[in-house]
Amino acid sequence: MQGVLLGCFYAAVSIGLSVAFGLLDVPHIAHPAFVVLGSYGTWLVAGRYGWDPLVSGLALTPVFFVIGVLVYRFYYETFEKRGTDTGVRGLAFFFGVAFIIEVGLIIGFGVDQRLVDAPYIGKSLELGEELRVPMRMLVAFGTALALTVLLGLYLSRTFMGRAIKAVAQDEPALRLMGANPVRVKQWAFGIATAVAAVAGALLIIVGPVEPSMDRVYIGRTFCVVVLAGLGSMSGTLVAGLILGISESIVLTLLGASWAPAVSFGLLLLVLGVRPQGLFGR
Amino acid sequence: MTGRRHYGFWIAAAVAVALAATAALTLRNEYYFFAGYIVLQFVILASAWNILGGYCGYVNFGTGAFFGVGAYTAVLLIKSLEAPLPVQIAAAALVGGALGLGTGMLTLRLRGIFFSIATVAVAIILQTVVINWRYLGGATGVQILKPAPLAPFDNYVKMLFVIAVVLAVAAVAIARYIETSWLGRGLRAIRDNEEAAECTGVPTLKLKLIACAVSGALMSAAGAPLAMYQSFVEPASAFDLNYSVSALAMPIIGGTAHWIGPVIGAVLLGTVQQLVQVNISSEYNVMVVGVLLVVFVVGAPEGITGLAQKLWRRFGR
Amino acid sequence: MSAPLLAIERLSKSFGGFAALTEVSVAIAAGERFGLIGPNGSGKTTLINCVSGALRNDRGSIRFAGEEVSALPAYQRTRRGIARSFQIPRPFRSMTVLENLVVPLEFVVHRHSLHQADTRAEAMEILHGMGLADKADTPSSRLSQVELRKLELARAMAARPKLLISDEAMAGLSGNEVDEVLRILFKLNETGITIVMIEHIMQAVMRFSQRVICLDAGRIICEGTPESIVKDGGVQRAYLGA
Repeated sequence: MQGVLLGCFYAAVSIGLSVAFGLLDVPHIAHPAFVVLGSYGTWLVAGRYGWDPLVSGLALTPVFFVIGVLVYRFYYETFEKRGTDTGVRGLAFFFGVAFIIEVGLIIGFGVDQRLVDAPYIGKSLELGEELRVPMRMLVAFGTALALTVLLGLYLSRTFMGRAIKAVAQDEPALRLMGANPVRVKQWAFGIATAVAAVAGALLIIVGPVEPSMDRVYIGRTFCVVVLAGLGSMSGTLVAGLILGISESIVLTLLGASWAPAVSFGLLLLVLGVRPQGLFGR
Repeated sequence: MTGRRHYGFWIAAAVAVALAATAALTLRNEYYFFAGYIVLQFVILASAWNILGGYCGYVNFGTGAFFGVGAYTAVLLIKSLEAPLPVQIAAAALVGGALGLGTGMLTLRLRGIFFSIATVAVAIILQTVVINWRYLGGATGVQILKPAPLAPFDNYVKMLFVIAVVLAVAAVAIARYIETSWLGRGLRAIRDNEEAAECTGVPTLKLKLIACAVSGALMSAAGAPLAMYQSFVEPASAFDLNYSVSALAMPIIGGTAHWIGPVIGAVLLGTVQQLVQVNISSEYNVMVVGVLLVVFVVGAPEGITGLAQKLWRRFGR
Repeated sequence: MSAPLLAIERLSKSFGGFAALTEVSVAIAAGERFGLIGPNGSGKTTLINCVSGALRNDRGSIRFAGEEVSALPAYQRTRRGIARSFQIPRPFRSMTVLENLVVPLEFVVHRHSLHQADTRAEAMEILHGMGLADKADTPSSRLSQVELRKLELARAMAARPKLLISDEAMAGLSGNEVDEVLRILFKLNETGITIVMIEHIMQAVMRFSQRVICLDAGRIICEGTPESIVKDGGVQRAYLGA
């Protein structure tokens, strides 16, 4: 049960990467760092205005959207356009960005953990005799579900959403249709970063946050995105669940220190056995 | 750069070692040796990183893991066998090479980004393993007693400094050999276009694994003397993220195409780090590295050596 | 009748649910000039990817000079004598034109005797034959389209293959440039190299090939001399659309 809730939470954190890496093929190693940034942003806003953390996270989405657009624009102008030696440089760039965010947070907030308070944090729901479900996990669960559904609908129902899916599959065709692929990708990356803000809010709701957490989540988010199949939103939810449940099992059997190994092991397994993931094209 | 006999390099190397030894025997101020040792460490790490990252195009985000593994292999040998330093270094190199080989075998058949993610995972997993290993001191770390320095050195740190110079020369020599040999050409072909390289007869997987193993071995060898240098080893500092970022930033800043790039990057950035750390703070020190990395990746991707080449072409001759 | 140099039997390859190649069988004799045509998406590139080793076929066998090679990695097939050029040229951009050729010389031809070989001289010889000698020390990133195509062929040739697969080497070239490349291919064939040409430029295929097969939707729909292929109804339908 714990695995299911954890899994949904992982899905929420990964869904931004599903767009950025799954659809746009950007080596966005820094996505978890943006999520952690979102957590700290939530902490700041919630602390300053006394709002509910989830609301604070949502309030940050326009800011993060703009950040995402700018980052993609910069990445595109510097790397994708010129097409020279993009592999190493692109990876190094995002690694540098993630690192700067992490150190920036340490300088700004120190290494201590931060957490938020809300009416649903600290309480649990009792479902029958043996089952106590922490309410904050339910909040995470609900939000993750909502995010996946919303994003899935957006990608399949709206013009921009379908343009985003199209640019992943057939960029020349999109150009022929009159749409500008760069603007589409930019918009998509903005959405991915905005979602990271909400995911960040969830992260700090679920537990305390500290600046170095982004590294553990690199393995988890990429595992979920690859397992889902690059570009599949609903797949992200399923993949998140699989990872969450696997991690919980390993946690009970072997202890907390081996949890990071699960995501990576699962990632390798998928890449070896079925590289297109569960729902991939 | 095609295999002409370059005695100049070896002469310079011999001079460097001789200078280092003389300094160790004459200079009194220990600070230079402490700082110098750190810079030399980075020369080795940066050169090692560049073999796989610069020459071959596969980015290692987990240099800290290899470094820490080297340090802890040394600790293990000290505690169980009281092994002398050369044995520690050799063993660390073996372990590092095996680690590199293992990581490579798991991921080098996949896209480059998955190799990079694997190195992140390796770093996290290994650090956790060590933290839970009480014999090696766990999270609190372990004290190491420095043995007496060998004659004619009067101070163990000074002796380590000279050993570090020798190791650095070895690392740079290995990088240089790889760069100018058929192996380097094969690696560059892989980096430029892996599919075409494979179709041109280059055994891409084999060469990538070789580069991975050599790179890993050198990184771990760099970590082995840490136990003796600090007299104290703990996971948080042995596996420090700064090693990973610096090992990546220094070649990029110095220039990845030529063996001297990582050396320039290590000396420059290492010195800057020492200055910032002492005068401002260690967090800003680390931030400087990150910012310089991004600046160079974006603005001067061929690094300082690339810029120098451009200037030479414009004003020289 | 001697054994064929390349014998492909019932080769099949699928990507997920999409069958790119279905039961393709063809035998190519040593020294032959062989043409492979078919509309876009018919499986031509998939076929040569399976032969060269860039892809693994799902079913069927590929025998080269009597040896089953379908399980070998690409570089080993190159070392046994199968070479290919790429449709969109893939030079080693950080290297000069000459260095591009040194790679196959070092890794295929002289891999057991590197210290004895003068790879630079050998590479220059090949470049002379291709008309690229004056560009030997130019970075390969600075070549024109036709020069890049010639470099692709030169690099494939440097591996001293028995079989050369030329993948649309003439696409997008002008009439004179097409003639130039065709001349090079004829010359290579005269030295005994078997050449498989994939092309859309019909007049080139017709002039060059002794035998042609036509692929459509992953299957061979016609096999024969260039004249008979051109007249075949199935081929005309495949190209003009159903």
